[in-house]
Amino acid sequence: MSFTNGAAPPIIELRSIHKKFPGVHALKGVSFDLRPGEVHALVGENGAGKSTVIKVMAGVYDFEGSYLFDGKEARIAEPLDAIRLGISVIYQELNLVQDLSIAENIFFGKLPTTRTGRVKWSEVYARTEEHLGEVGLRVSARTKVRRLSVARQQLVEIARSLSLNAKVIIMDEPTSALCPSEIENLFSLVARLKGKGVGIVYVSHKLDEIFAIADRVTVLRDGAYVGTEDIADLTNRKLISMMVGRELSSLLPKTAPVLGEDILDVKDLSTDKVSKVSCHVRRGEIVGFAGLMGAGRTELARALIGLDRRIEGSVVLDGSKLAKDDPPLACRIGFGLVPEDRKLEGIFPDLDIRQNMSIVSLGDLRAGLGISASREKTVVDDMIRRLGIRTPSSSQLVAKLSGGNQQKVILARWLIKKNVKVLIIDEPTRGIDVGAKAEIYRIIDGLAHQGMAIVMMSSEMQELIGMCDRIYVMAGGRIVDEISGADATQERILSSCIDERG
Amino acid sequence: MNKKAETPKGGITVKDILSGEQASLVIALLVLCAVATVLAPVFLTTTNVMNVLRQTSLIAIAGIGMVMIILMGEIDLSIGSTQALVGILCVWTLNATGSMVVAIVASLALGVLLGLINGLLVTKARLNSLIATLGTMAIFRGIAFVTTNAVSIQSKVPSFDTVGTGYFGPFPIPVVLTIALFAAFYYVLHHTAFGRYIYAIGGNVNASRLSGLPVEKMKIQIFVMGSVFAAISAIILASRMSSGQPNAGVGFELQVVAAVILGGISLTGGVGTLTGAFIGMLILGVLDNSLILLNVNSFYHDIARGAVIIIAVYLDGARRRNLQKKLIKATE
Repeated sequence: MSFTNGAAPPIIELRSIHKKFPGVHALKGVSFDLRPGEVHALVGENGAGKSTVIKVMAGVYDFEGSYLFDGKEARIAEPLDAIRLGISVIYQELNLVQDLSIAENIFFGKLPTTRTGRVKWSEVYARTEEHLGEVGLRVSARTKVRRLSVARQQLVEIARSLSLNAKVIIMDEPTSALCPSEIENLFSLVARLKGKGVGIVYVSHKLDEIFAIADRVTVLRDGAYVGTEDIADLTNRKLISMMVGRELSSLLPKTAPVLGEDILDVKDLSTDKVSKVSCHVRRGEIVGFAGLMGAGRTELARALIGLDRRIEGSVVLDGSKLAKDDPPLACRIGFGLVPEDRKLEGIFPDLDIRQNMSIVSLGDLRAGLGISASREKTVVDDMIRRLGIRTPSSSQLVAKLSGGNQQKVILARWLIKKNVKVLIIDEPTRGIDVGAKAEIYRIIDGLAHQGMAIVMMSSEMQELIGMCDRIYVMAGGRIVDEISGADATQERILSSCIDERG
Repeated sequence: MNKKAETPKGGITVKDILSGEQASLVIALLVLCAVATVLAPVFLTTTNVMNVLRQTSLIAIAGIGMVMIILMGEIDLSIGSTQALVGILCVWTLNATGSMVVAIVASLALGVLLGLINGLLVTKARLNSLIATLGTMAIFRGIAFVTTNAVSIQSKVPSFDTVGTGYFGPFPIPVVLTIALFAAFYYVLHHTAFGRYIYAIGGNVNASRLSGLPVEKMKIQIFVMGSVFAAISAIILASRMSSGQPNAGVGFELQVVAAVILGGISLTGGVGTLTGAFIGMLILGVLDNSLILLNVNSFYHDIARGAVIIIAVYLDGARRRNLQKKLIKATE
């Protein structure tokens, strides 16, 4: 092989990778390469395919296409093969055993033992502290992981990668739960790792971070490869247009709201995960909840419908007080929920589209003892038309639909049901391609116009700013700020998220 | 990609999967019957067919409850012990009051109570149903032995045996009862909200909770119904034997679970139909019957049954992997 411009030969090279799941063609010919000692950012919106690429590199998924490691075909059939080659992944959800010590976590599965099988603990602790030194973490190797902050746990994961002689470290949204000083610390560590010749794949959708540490950037959009550029050749604007493909504002159909009286009134609501949340929503209003990962948005949604045990506080919906933790009751009096994780919490994969849509309104569709098949079909077919769900028939399995169409099916569930007054939508467009996003936004806006109150949890700030009449900012399970839609900017929201972290 | 999805050719519907599955079950049943007829011509006589149906009716009736429980993603191992305990109470009440109606009502009430215990252990105490009903299986059996001193109770009301051995026209009463219950619960499972919820909860319990479906209430109801069906089978069994026996129904739960799984009810919940389960029960019934007709030592019956179940579950897994592939292909 020959190399031009003296650039080091890539250690990882992916060529036109395809990956298909039921209902989703997740990667459509993605190429990516990583050189030793560089930080190569992998960017794209939610659902662009970043995580899938990571899992291909880490041996979690099989795929079609070619994957070279050190110029040779990578024989990676399972994660252990990738680890043996020196590929480490620091996932967003950290992978540490909370009740074991740092040293035990780092030497998990490879504890050095004497011939009789006794663990050489002194060696384990000494070597652990050496690795901790490399990542700048000054704590005892015997500390239980549970006692460390998220940022420190992340450093432990990096130390573990180093103990495995990692040549490639893949970081998936590493800053999503870090405060600014922790981020700075992480960046200087990344710079040191670079200096040692480690190649780093940095996955993020935060542009400022990418400009701060990346050498090259590869952009994905809707599972397709958009391009790879040197950071020096990029501007903020150019990168955004590569990611989005068009101006986001054109996707957001927000129209002027018609606000009615307060319909949802929450006072001092506390569960194990949220504390003293007070908020209110008016008829026809779209209210957003912003916050970093783990700020308590999803937990608030669960608390509102009584899925988590309420410790104190009150939830009043249209004058009726939610007397106890009882989701069926909450739904009866007018709550609807579109959950965050469509696959695990939203769809019924074994049921067809019709059954998925009508599941919460079977009471309305009753005829005698049973369900009126004709009325059910009528309302479902009507909804398929109204929302533009692309399917040959309502008897199609829902798992076969694309993410956007699945999301429409779940929205339709609550549109069919009579008397839904407050619709809680957790991450309305996660994992949905750009075109379908615009349609989802239009549906939400239409609902608000019909007088429904919308509560929207989202980690996409542009979406919140573009859609919401009012935004609550959450951190640590509390509401820390309330911003009117007109005053909302990314900077304002971010600074609220971070200031209150303490 | 969406364009392609619109062509009906790539379409897969719930119907496709089920009809495919049931077709293979029906074929298996027919082949089994054909082989049995060739080897033992007596198989295809009216008397023998009625015999098969009567033998199968106990498993079939308890199986309706088990289908619903497994569809919800749970299991009930206590139904064999329930059968013994209810049978004892039934005959005891019968002897004490001389009234069949009182005996049957008391039996069904005990079924409700035992099912309620299982249901509350699974929902309120949050025990895994495999463990909870393994526990109640031992407890119910123990109570059956303690209350009778391990001696069976003979019925003193001679007319009691009509329930299990009598005829309704040309059909044995248990068979008529089985068919009536199947028809009723076919409607319940496939045409009512209750049935739809069973599939939804078994298919995705998280989504069910977040959609406000009454998950806990449904689970309790299903366990109660499962035990009531077991109680009905207990009454028939007690009537047939004219006695309540503390060691009745040992291993019954496994026969029922096996038949249901053979019929395509997935142990992970949410997948399968009552008709499929019924065919599964018939397959095991015919298998047992033909082995008897062929004078095969009864110890071999267990071996044959076990082998059939392993093959069936293997085929079920293969079919599911196949479906997954088909889904992926259809999205290209």
